[in-house]
Amino acid sequence: MSAVAWIDVAVRGARPQAMGALLRHFRDLDLAEEAFQEACLRALKSWPKNGPPRDTVAWLVFVGRNAALDGVRSRRRERELPGEEALSDLSDAESPLAEQLDEAGYRDDLLRLLFMCCHPELPATQQIALALRIVCGLTVPEIARAFLVTDVAMEQRITRAKNRVAAEQIPFETPGAPEREERLAAVAAVLYLLFNEGYSATGGGAHVRVPLCDEAIRLARLLLRLFPGEPEMLGLTALMLLQHSRSKARLDAHGAIVLLEDQDRDLWDRGRIEEGLALLDKALRHARPEAYQVQAAIAALHARAPCFEDTDWAEIEQLYAALERLQPSPVVSLNRAVAVAKLRGPATALVMLDALARDLGGYFYFFGVRGALLVDLGRSDEAREAFDRALALAKSPAEAAHIRLQIDRLTRKKEAEG
Amino acid sequence: MLYAILCYDSEDAVESWTPEQDATVTAKLDVVTERLARQGRLGPVARLMPTTTATTLRKGEEPIILDGPFAETKEQLLGLFIVECASLEQAIATAKDLGQAGSTSGSYEIRPLRRLRPAAARP
Repeated sequence: MSAVAWIDVAVRGARPQAMGALLRHFRDLDLAEEAFQEACLRALKSWPKNGPPRDTVAWLVFVGRNAALDGVRSRRRERELPGEEALSDLSDAESPLAEQLDEAGYRDDLLRLLFMCCHPELPATQQIALALRIVCGLTVPEIARAFLVTDVAMEQRITRAKNRVAAEQIPFETPGAPEREERLAAVAAVLYLLFNEGYSATGGGAHVRVPLCDEAIRLARLLLRLFPGEPEMLGLTALMLLQHSRSKARLDAHGAIVLLEDQDRDLWDRGRIEEGLALLDKALRHARPEAYQVQAAIAALHARAPCFEDTDWAEIEQLYAALERLQPSPVVSLNRAVAVAKLRGPATALVMLDALARDLGGYFYFFGVRGALLVDLGRSDEAREAFDRALALAKSPAEAAHIRLQIDRLTRKKEAEG
Repeated sequence: MLYAILCYDSEDAVESWTPEQDATVTAKLDVVTERLARQGRLGPVARLMPTTTATTLRKGEEPIILDGPFAETKEQLLGLFIVECASLEQAIATAKDLGQAGSTSGSYEIRPLRRLRPAAARP
């Protein structure tokens, strides 16, 4: 790696925690960002000469804070940077600072920063955009590309979110245990949203959105290091890793959807699977199963099956039943019905689907599943109707193409029979 | 004499590598390890999973299991075992066995491997 690329990676890795500490210091997002930028500029000047600091985060916080005290706003009139001796002396200055910024401090700082971006008053799309900009440090064009909107629209979205957050009173005292738990849960929900924003992307835009999954996993791992004993954080990280392990197999060369049963399992990322399984193992040791852990356990059963035929549908059905109790939702019931179809046949599953028709009447996946079950039962005309409904509800070209494929198959079958 | 060379770096930074950057670093290291292997000097090489996957067992009458990596600074790294385990549960049981056999103080950090390159030849 070149010096600049290496510094870029180090700064990216340190950004969430450094921004969290700077936010506590300045109590203002814009000032914290400005101070961080300044610290990065100085890192680019200092690190190639003096070598990397022992503690990157502490260095960036220390230098960022001092730079702001010097008057960040006056930097445009070509000021002398502080003497090199000031910067190279940092190793001494770092230690007391590092003590101040101990693990506990960092962890509440980072959580506060994330929580600010995940403010419940913000619409989900703004939460994600703000977190990507402020916490992950993605540029506005990068985020705009991921959301398939123009740079200007994204800039506006982030500015609106920032203004909204600035008006809120986020307490800066060290949070109590219940408050910390509440924040962690809110942040976990947004991380999963961010992940799904990248994961559910299909068709032409898919490849540009994979970074969203990577960022979500990176932040989850970081939170996990700060909160090592939280089973649901372990579960969420495991879930994201296990799902993301399939990303290369989910679309074919033309961008068409490849169903789980048809995926080339050699394309699954074994490294992510192994890590996900290890984290899930840790979570389950606590014997406090909640929604993310159960979903991760389901993903783990798919990951462990050497081929689709070997999938443990009985266990999956039980896990979906557990999920129905923990987090009742018609979508969970639909997924359970899919497992039931594999176990006890399409007719039983279809009865379960009928009970969900009212709740899921506008859901693409519902009609896709219904159509497939009807095909299995040989009820072609009804299957065709279900696929037509699905087609009308498709949200991406890839989804639509997938349904057309099913309709074409039905048509060909009918012709062959006719 | 056999030497262990232990790797330390910032996990935040390494996790921020793109898959391409990671592959580049691995490929460059492979060049060196291949050379060592040809010389018959290379023992097993392991890359560990992130510290988020770690569990720590504090030895004692009643061993205590903690989530997360070993974090004390008053004890030093003295050795390691690499053991095949079907699950974390089995790994913890194995560590307990080792703990009862050896000294009753200190800790074991239990961490899955991401990659293991077995010894090329008996060095």
